[in-house]
Amino acid sequence: MSKKSVVPFGPQHPVLPEPIHLDLVLEDEKVVDVIPEIGFVHRGLEHLVDKRDFKDYVYVAERICGICSFMHGMGYCESIEYGMGIEIPNRAKYLRTIWAEMSRVHSHLLWLGLLADGFGFESLFNECWRIREDVLDMLEASTGGRCVFSVNNVGGVIKDMDSAMLHSFVEKFDKIERDLHDVVDTFLNDYTVKSRLVGVGYLSEQAAWGLGACGPMARASGRALDMRMLGYAAYGDLDVKIATSDGCDCYARTEVRIQEIFNAIDLIRQAVDKIPAGDLIVPVKGNPTGEFMVRMEQPRGEACYFTKGNGTPYLDRFRVRTPTFANIPAMTEIMKGCDVADIPMIILTIDPCVSCTER
Amino acid sequence: MKLSRSPWLIHYDCSSCNGCDIEVLASTMPRYDLERFGIINSGDPMHADILLTTGGCNAQNAPVLKQIYDQMPDPKVVVAVGTCACTGGIFKSCYNIQGGTDTVIPVDVYVTGCAARPQSIIDGVVQALAILDKKYESYTEDPKEGI
Repeated sequence: MSKKSVVPFGPQHPVLPEPIHLDLVLEDEKVVDVIPEIGFVHRGLEHLVDKRDFKDYVYVAERICGICSFMHGMGYCESIEYGMGIEIPNRAKYLRTIWAEMSRVHSHLLWLGLLADGFGFESLFNECWRIREDVLDMLEASTGGRCVFSVNNVGGVIKDMDSAMLHSFVEKFDKIERDLHDVVDTFLNDYTVKSRLVGVGYLSEQAAWGLGACGPMARASGRALDMRMLGYAAYGDLDVKIATSDGCDCYARTEVRIQEIFNAIDLIRQAVDKIPAGDLIVPVKGNPTGEFMVRMEQPRGEACYFTKGNGTPYLDRFRVRTPTFANIPAMTEIMKGCDVADIPMIILTIDPCVSCTER
Repeated sequence: MKLSRSPWLIHYDCSSCNGCDIEVLASTMPRYDLERFGIINSGDPMHADILLTTGGCNAQNAPVLKQIYDQMPDPKVVVAVGTCACTGGIFKSCYNIQGGTDTVIPVDVYVTGCAARPQSIIDGVVQALAILDKKYESYTEDPKEGI
């Protein structure tokens, strides 16, 4: 048996813009064990519920993560609305759905770019981020922000999109879809790209279920787990298609996320067709009391939001279980036995969001 | 010789929400193209002249930030990107945030915004280039310091 050596990975590493530290235990070129160490991004923002009242806390909740910031704000608002029994206007539900799906498109494009950077394909990286800028333009035109939008509020949304804007967005998404087809062709059919992805990081369906993987990670292992099927916001009225694959490897996870971009664009089209007229926000009276939890599907998987109110404007407890946290056990499991060169691919295909995980 | 012709930068995420991180990356992408100034986003502190930091500091990442700063060759400049890196921002009253980047290392340029826009990040970096030149002119190697 050869000697074991420990190679530190991170917290500052070119592959990931975010700090996570892994101790890789190697035997020659093979990884035998992985010990993750987190806490570099821990801010303790859940504790801020003591200092901000529940309506102000939306702005903190949105800053749990800058990539899926819209959905964090939406999850927080929905958990409070669910607990207080507030029925938000239908138009607000549809607007939330449209913004959430736009966030999903931009998040997946960002991830595709980082993946291309991970295997050293710089021009593909730039191409994905160029397309992503078009989505950000639309988000900026409708909400005023590129990363953090602050359009959610308890009881509804505070900004509207008129019909002309919505239809111009659909046209822009048509163009994005055409641009995407070339990029996707390279990801799925290029010989070099395939040689880095196919067969790497195998996670069987049984293991995905047992280790509690969620989101695209579980769907790429053949488990059709998607919280959008619960029908929160306007998803109940729309035809949500779930992208799954039986490949179980990094290639399958890429395939699933690419399919999800197209599905998200399709959902935006459906929502624009069906969006009703009406109010944006209902007034909120009283304070939340009791414990409540909602689940929703983020770009990275299932996120749970738990709130506990005590009848005052200040909540007792707010807790988020984020998808990356659920995917880390699966990630460490599939890393065992892989080559050192495949480590960046495996870390990237779980689409880690460290600032969500540590909050 | 002018150092600001092609300085390389390194980015470290202290405890940012990712918003500023992706904007730092976006500013090097084709739309905004920070690379037209000859700037490359390098992953190695020993190659870098400009340190971009995002997010407030806590006990866990302060030593890492200090270490990256110490590994960079002199002269060097630090740009704090985003309100959190300037003061701690919305997270200032969190129990695990001690404040902005300047609680750990000296900062030359502060870029505000939540999240800081790519245009303002580029503006901050260009201002840092002037400071880098000034530092280079007055820089004399201290024989006692060594590596």
